[in-house]
Amino acid sequence: MHSDPAAIKKSIRTYGTVGGLLLLCTAITVAANQVHLAVPVAIAVALIIAATKGSMVAAIFMHLNHEQRWIYGALLLTVVFFVVLLFLPLATVSDTIGTAIHH
Amino acid sequence: MEKTVTGTAHGHGHAHEHEHAHELGFWRKYVFSVDHKVIGIQYAITGLLFLLFGFTLMMIMRFQLAYPGHPIPLIGNWFGADKAPGGIMLPEFYNQLGAMHGTIMVFLGVVPLAVGGFGNFVMPLQIGAPDMAFPKLNMMSYWVYFLGGVTMLASFFVPNGAAQSGWTSYPPLAIIASQGQTFWLIGMVFLITSSLLGSINFIVTIVQLRAKGLSYMRLPFFVWAQLVTSFLLLLAFPPLEAAGVLQLMDRLAGTSFFLPSGLMVSQKPLAVAGGGNPLLWQHLFWFLAHPEVYVLILPAMGIVSEIIANNTRKPLWGYRALVYAIVFLGFMSFIVWAHHMFMTGMGTTISAFFQVTTMIISIPSVVILTALLLSLWGASIRFTTPMLFALAFLPMFGIGGLTGLPLGLAPSDIHLHDTYYVIGHFHYVVAPGTIFALFAGVYYWFPKATGRKMNDLLGKIHFWGSFICINSVFMPMFIQGLGGMNRRMYDGGMQYAHNAGLLHWNVVIGFAAWGLGLFQIPFIINFFSSIKWGALVDRNPWEATTLEWSAPSPPGHGNFLTEPIVYRGAYEYSVPGAAKDFTPQFEPERA
Amino acid sequence: MEIPYTVEPRPDTGLANGKLGIWLFLASEVMLFGALFSTYILLRVGAVEWPHGELSVTLGAINTVILICSSVTMVVAWAKLKMNDFAKGRLYVLVTVALAAVFLVNKYFEYAEHFSKGEVPSHSTFFAIYYTLTGLHGLHIIGGILVMLYLAGPGAGLWKRNPEQFANRVEYTGLYWHFVDLVWIFLFPVLYLL
Repeated sequence: MHSDPAAIKKSIRTYGTVGGLLLLCTAITVAANQVHLAVPVAIAVALIIAATKGSMVAAIFMHLNHEQRWIYGALLLTVVFFVVLLFLPLATVSDTIGTAIHH
Repeated sequence: MEKTVTGTAHGHGHAHEHEHAHELGFWRKYVFSVDHKVIGIQYAITGLLFLLFGFTLMMIMRFQLAYPGHPIPLIGNWFGADKAPGGIMLPEFYNQLGAMHGTIMVFLGVVPLAVGGFGNFVMPLQIGAPDMAFPKLNMMSYWVYFLGGVTMLASFFVPNGAAQSGWTSYPPLAIIASQGQTFWLIGMVFLITSSLLGSINFIVTIVQLRAKGLSYMRLPFFVWAQLVTSFLLLLAFPPLEAAGVLQLMDRLAGTSFFLPSGLMVSQKPLAVAGGGNPLLWQHLFWFLAHPEVYVLILPAMGIVSEIIANNTRKPLWGYRALVYAIVFLGFMSFIVWAHHMFMTGMGTTISAFFQVTTMIISIPSVVILTALLLSLWGASIRFTTPMLFALAFLPMFGIGGLTGLPLGLAPSDIHLHDTYYVIGHFHYVVAPGTIFALFAGVYYWFPKATGRKMNDLLGKIHFWGSFICINSVFMPMFIQGLGGMNRRMYDGGMQYAHNAGLLHWNVVIGFAAWGLGLFQIPFIINFFSSIKWGALVDRNPWEATTLEWSAPSPPGHGNFLTEPIVYRGAYEYSVPGAAKDFTPQFEPERA
Repeated sequence: MEIPYTVEPRPDTGLANGKLGIWLFLASEVMLFGALFSTYILLRVGAVEWPHGELSVTLGAINTVILICSSVTMVVAWAKLKMNDFAKGRLYVLVTVALAAVFLVNKYFEYAEHFSKGEVPSHSTFFAIYYTLTGLHGLHIIGGILVMLYLAGPGAGLWKRNPEQFANRVEYTGLYWHFVDLVWIFLFPVLYLL
C-alpha cells in the first residue's frame, strides 16, 4: 500500500492516464456503433471494450491489482455465480420441450 | 453467583473514547442497543413469536382441511365477513393463510431465530470477540427486519387481505392479485435488506475478529455453518430483491416483465404491453429460494454439532470432512435451483444438468449426517433436553433428505410435483429438522444468556409430545402426496375423486397439529418462568469446550474479562491422560 | 470497549474491517445488477422485435464521460488525503458530487423527453428494463452523493480525531463510486448502442 507522498503522487498521475484511456475507449465504442456490424459481432465488440474499461476501473481505481486474498476469493465466487445467473436461465428457455405457440 | 459484569477486555487506554461503564438509559440498553447479545435476544424472541403466529395460521388452516366448510370453532367470528362469513373460511382467506404461513415461518421465524438470534448471540462469543465488527449496522439490521415484519402483518388488514399467491408469488396470478401482494413485496425488500446487512457483518466478524490462536480449523462447526450461511444470504438474496422490484413495477407501473403477450384475465385481454416471461420470476425467485433452504438447515446442523459433541463427551467425528462438506454444499446450492421448475417445459439437456447437480448436492448432506451419526459411536451419551432434540434431528433430517431424492429426479417429480409429498418432504427438514435443532439451541444456550437453566421435566414433556405429534402431522402427507393429492387446495382435496381415500388423513393431521400446539405450552411456560426462577448456574454448566463458556453467564459488555486465547481445537473431550473429560479451548497448557 | 482492526489492518488478512465489508457489499450489488442484466437478456431473446436507436447516444455518451471523470476525481480525493492534504481531498470529493449532480440532471432531461413522447415504463419491455436499470443505477448515484456530502460536511470532523479512519471512509466510498461507474460502463453500450 502506498504510504509515502512520492508514490501517491505517481499514482495520481496513473489515475489521470487511466481516466484518459477510459475516455478514449468510450469514443471508440461510440464510433464502433456507427459501423454497421452483424448483431453477434456488435455485441462482442461492445462487451469487449466495456470489459476492458471495467478492468481498468477495477484494477487501478479500485486498487484490485494489489488487494488481499479474501477480497479476490469473494469476488471470484461472485463472478462465478454472476455468470450462472446470467446464462443458466437463458439455457432453460433455449432448450425446451416442443416450441412455443406464436400467434 | 455470576451477575452482569461490566468488564472491558481492552482496558481504558483510549482517553478519547466514550466509555460504556456509565449507565445507558433504558432505550439505549434494551431497545436500541448495539450489543450483539441484546440484538441476538431481540431477534430470538421476535423470531419465536413469529413462529408461534405462523403456527397459529396453520392450525386454522388445518381445521378447514379436516372439516371443509364447517364454521371455525371459538374464533370463527373474529375474521369478519370478507374472510370467513359465519365463521366459514372463504377460499381467498385459506390462500392468505397459506401464503403467509410459509412466508412468516421462513423469513420472519426460522431465519431470524437461527441466524439473527443464535448467530448474533453465540458466534462472537465462540470466536472470542468483544462484539460484531459493525455494532451499529447490527442494530439497524434488526430494526429493518422488524419493519419488514410489521409490513407483513399489516397486510392482513388491507382490503381483500394479505398476499394469497403462495409464498412463491408466481406471476401472472401475483401481478393481478389484490393489495396485500404489494405489502408482501415491500415487506420482502425490508427483510432482504436486513439479511444483506447482517451477512456482511457476520462474514467480517468471523474473518477479522477471531481471538488469538483461533485458526479456521479450530473454529466450532457452528461458526463454519454461520459463515457459509452468510455467504449464501449475501450472494443469493439480491436477485430476489431485483425480482421484487420488477414485480412491484408490474403491479404498480403497468410494466410487463412477467406478463406474456395476449394474456386473458376473466375472458378479457389484459391491457399491458406484454412481451414478458412468467418464468423469469421463477428463475429469480428460486435462485434465492434454493440457497434459502440451506440457510434454513445449515445453522441447525451447526447447533446440533455443538450439542452432540458436548453430550457424547467425544470429539466430533470427521471435523475436516464436515468443514469441506459444508463449504461444498454452500457452493453447490447456487446451481440446483431449477429442480423446482422441472414442470415448466425445459428441455431434457438442461433438465439433466439440474438433476445431476441436485444429486451431487445430496452427497455433502449425507457426509454431514454420517459424521454426526458416527460421532455417537462409543459415546457416553448424556440425555439432556438439548441432546434429545439434537438426537431427534438426525433421523428427522434423514427422512427429509431422502424424501427429497424423488423430487430431484424429473421422472418421479412429474408425479410428485405440487402434491402433499412435497409438503411432507420440506416440512420434515424444517420442522422436526431445523426447528428441533433451534429448540435444542434454546435449551443449550439459555444458561449462557440468563445465568439460569430451564426446567428439565418440562423440557422432556415438550420434547416427547412434540416428537410424536410432529411425525403424526407430516408422515401421512407422504401417503397423501403419493396418492396424487395436490397442495394448496382449500377444501382439503374433496373436489377430486381420486383423493376420496386420502381425506381421512386430514382429520388425523388436524388433531396431531393441535396436539403439537398444546405441547408448546410447557416450552413457553418453561422459557419465561426460568428467566426468573430457573436453577442458577455458573459459567460452564454443560462442561463444554468452546469459548463462549469462558465468559460469565450472562456476559457483560465486551464479553470477556480477560483477553481470550485459544490453545487447541474445539472438541477436545475425553483427551487421554487429561484430568477431566473435557479440555476447553481456552485453558492454557498445564506446565 | 473497542472493536479491533477498525482502522489498522489485521496482520494475517491484511484487511481493515471496513475494507472487507465494503467489498462484500459490492459483491451483493454485482448480484443485484446481475439479476437485472439476466432479465434484459431473457426478455430480449424472447422478444419478437427489439427497439434500436430509441435512446439518445449523445446524452448517454456525455454521461459516460461525466462518470469516468468523477471516478478520477474520487480516487484523487483519497490520494490527496493520504498525502495529508485535507483541503484538496475535500475539494475533489465536492467536485465528484458536482459531476454526479450533472449526471442526474442529464438523466432528468432524458426521462422527461421520453415521458413527453409517451415512452413510459409500461410502453414496452424495452423501456421497462431501461427505466429499471437506469433508475436503480440513478438511486445508487443519489446514495453516493449523500454519503459524499456527509463526508465533506458533518462527517469531516473525523479527520481531526482520526485522519487514517477518515481517509479509509473516503476510500470505501470511492470503491462504491467506482462500482457505480463500472455498472454504467456496461449499461451504456447494452442499452444505448446494442
